[in-house]
Amino acid sequence: MKVIVGLGSCGIAAGGNRVLQAVEEEIKKRNLDVEVKKAGCIGMCYLEPLMEVVDDEGRSTMYVKVTPEMVGDIFESHIEKGTAVEKYALSDEDRGYLEGQHRIALRNCGKIDPECIDEYIGAGGYRALEKALKEMTPEGVIEEIKISGLRGRGGAGFPTWFKWNATRMASGSPKYIVCNADEGDPGAFMDRSVLEGDPHSVLEGMAIAAYAIGAEAGYIYVRAEYPLAIKRLEMAIAQARERGFLGKNILGTGFCFDINIKAGAGAFVCGEETALIASLEGERGMPRLKPPFPAQRGYMGKPTNINNVETFANVPWIIKNGGKAFASVGTEKSKGTKVFALAGKVKRGGLVEVPMGIPLRDVIFKIGGGIKGDRKIKAVQLGGPSGGCVPESLLDTPVDYESIVKTGAIMGSGGMIVMDETTCMVDMARFFLDFTQKESCGKCTHCRIGTKRMLEILERICNGEGKDEDLETLEELALNVKEGSLCGLGQTAPNPVLTTLKYFRHEYEAHIKDKKCPARQCKALIAYRIDPEKCRSCSLCARKCPVNAIKGSKGQPYEIIQENCTKCGTCKEVCRFGAVYVE
Amino acid sequence: MDCCQCKKSGLDDRFPDEEVDLSLLDGVLEKYRGNPGSLITVLQKAQDIYGYLPKKVLYHIGRELRVKPAKVFGVATFYAQFRLNPIGKHLIMVCHGTACHVNGAELITSALCDELKIKEGETTKDGLFTLQNVACLGCCSLAPVMMIDGEAYGKLTPDKARSVIREILKKEAEKGEV
Ligand SMILES: Cc1cc2nc3c(=O)[nH]c(=O)nc-3n(C[C@H](O)[C@H](O)[C@H](O)COP(=O)(O)O)c2cc1C
Repeated sequence: MKVIVGLGSCGIAAGGNRVLQAVEEEIKKRNLDVEVKKAGCIGMCYLEPLMEVVDDEGRSTMYVKVTPEMVGDIFESHIEKGTAVEKYALSDEDRGYLEGQHRIALRNCGKIDPECIDEYIGAGGYRALEKALKEMTPEGVIEEIKISGLRGRGGAGFPTWFKWNATRMASGSPKYIVCNADEGDPGAFMDRSVLEGDPHSVLEGMAIAAYAIGAEAGYIYVRAEYPLAIKRLEMAIAQARERGFLGKNILGTGFCFDINIKAGAGAFVCGEETALIASLEGERGMPRLKPPFPAQRGYMGKPTNINNVETFANVPWIIKNGGKAFASVGTEKSKGTKVFALAGKVKRGGLVEVPMGIPLRDVIFKIGGGIKGDRKIKAVQLGGPSGGCVPESLLDTPVDYESIVKTGAIMGSGGMIVMDETTCMVDMARFFLDFTQKESCGKCTHCRIGTKRMLEILERICNGEGKDEDLETLEELALNVKEGSLCGLGQTAPNPVLTTLKYFRHEYEAHIKDKKCPARQCKALIAYRIDPEKCRSCSLCARKCPVNAIKGSKGQPYEIIQENCTKCGTCKEVCRFGAVYVE
Repeated sequence: MDCCQCKKSGLDDRFPDEEVDLSLLDGVLEKYRGNPGSLITVLQKAQDIYGYLPKKVLYHIGRELRVKPAKVFGVATFYAQFRLNPIGKHLIMVCHGTACHVNGAELITSALCDELKIKEGETTKDGLFTLQNVACLGCCSLAPVMMIDGEAYGKLTPDKARSVIREILKKEAEKGEV
């Protein structure tokens, strides 16, 4: 018998450690010989904490939303007597979440213990590195990546082989490999899951890349907000060195390569490659003009190849299975799969990996199970602060780089936030601009001040103080910011505004002309009221109201004093009769 | 970046001049002395030691790494992770990632501000709580989320968030009596 507990960051947040503790206590109490393993995230975040029981015949049962109390039942029945506890197990419906997926980058996530190199090797790990070093030339590796059609998963979708080749051809030494694990999009956690769930796949990918371009040193630049990922990477690097997959004379081939971790310090712009290099060098993370590209002048002024975490995680699979196998998945120009962090108003949120080319609608409805509370979907946001909102009418757009750009959004690194009719699109635009405005490094005037002016206008509109000419000014500023900025941050910052203006202009107009927020989200434009027909005078809302803005007496319907109301929503949340509504 | 910081507060307000024990840093500096490229790493380790970056520590680091004070200050203020002021005993981080935003993070922050009687970014007078909005904690399927002292609280409502704070206050009060 084997028990596997999901302990990615999301599993831990949902109480995974308490489950693990309960498992260990049960084993002790019952004096059993059961193997306990920790795994990363399998992607079903909405069902965390997860616990898998594998019996001696290899049959597996996945238990979902596990509590320490349930662990006792599972041990009593399943572990001791061999009868699975069906009512706690993954339902057929939820199995649909995994069935529509195609796992390449996430092949090991949630399956192996990320803290144990033997499990990675057992799953075929480091075989690709061996093949590359012993059977292929560096040019051959680059050729294989070219055949695979792999494009960068960090957002821009640049062909990976091209960058590798450029760095290989560049004069200067030493050369460097950098893994971009700065994942800054607020609403995306693909890279974190890979680092937490399968760190060796990234190390192996980096080592293969290093061999291809002729580098001896590599850095992983990780967000400081990912302490668990950093810890698991440190363990993985130490284990790989010990086994001779990193360090001097790797696998006896004479090839030398080692990796160090640098923790970022909380700046979104450091995800941009030239800013990242500045930060690696201990400077303020300010982007610079390209060219020269990092392939010519990167870290310490030397040729440097930067790739995203997911890009590297695909590499060992490609080398092992061949570029053709990878290219057989996906569309003509977008090969392979893409990992998305599905979240927002969707029923089943988590991490999904799908073949390129499947319609957005399938990701949201077939895999994600549709919208919470069966409300109507309004849009889906792709690409975070650099991306845009794709409206419901365009949900049949296939997931590939070119088709998504046509909608005005971008593929981005994989954030996919679903929005329903209760999401205000003006507020969304304001939210993203607030983010980019704060994260602008301040180097370019348009990005520094233009985003500030745009934000002021959006705040004004959300406050019901919008003016007729505001939309035109917004559009003009948006174009200036795009054109007047040096790096991708400023060049794409206006995208959330432009796409919402394009598809949801009527919502902006309702805010400005009618002083109404159609989604009933903007505080200045809504009022909480109590329906006298539904109110049972229980007084709960009045007692819970933090500002004493609700008055009433026994037998009479309660009433909200609008001047005092701070629109915190507590009354609506606590009312058991659905009597509080927003107008 | 906020270009109007200078108006809001003078340099010295953001930079309390406190007595600190510089020798705590010796071990770190031993490893990185004279290596300007490791400035960020050293600042991170210093913050781990002191809880924030006191002014004297910044000057000291500059001297030892051979970096000008202006640059040390420049780097320390550029990155969101670095704090120039001490924080409260419990750090409350309210996630304002996209998923949390569409699920009502704004309401959580305002409920907490009201409960603690402070603004976002401030510390309560008794030094118990610091309230901070953060970009994304990465537990999007538990949205809205906050994290206190490393523990995540998911699927929050304004009311639930208030009770978590009251619970911690209660525990603090009990400790005080023992
Ligand atoms: C503002 C900004 C933020 C970025 N953030 C990230 C990031 O968090 N992770 C990432 O891999 N790439 C990010 N990028 C893209 C990188 O500049 C770069 O293109 C990428 O790391 C290249 O790797 P790839 O070819 O494997 O995609 C960002 C770009 C910009 C302009």
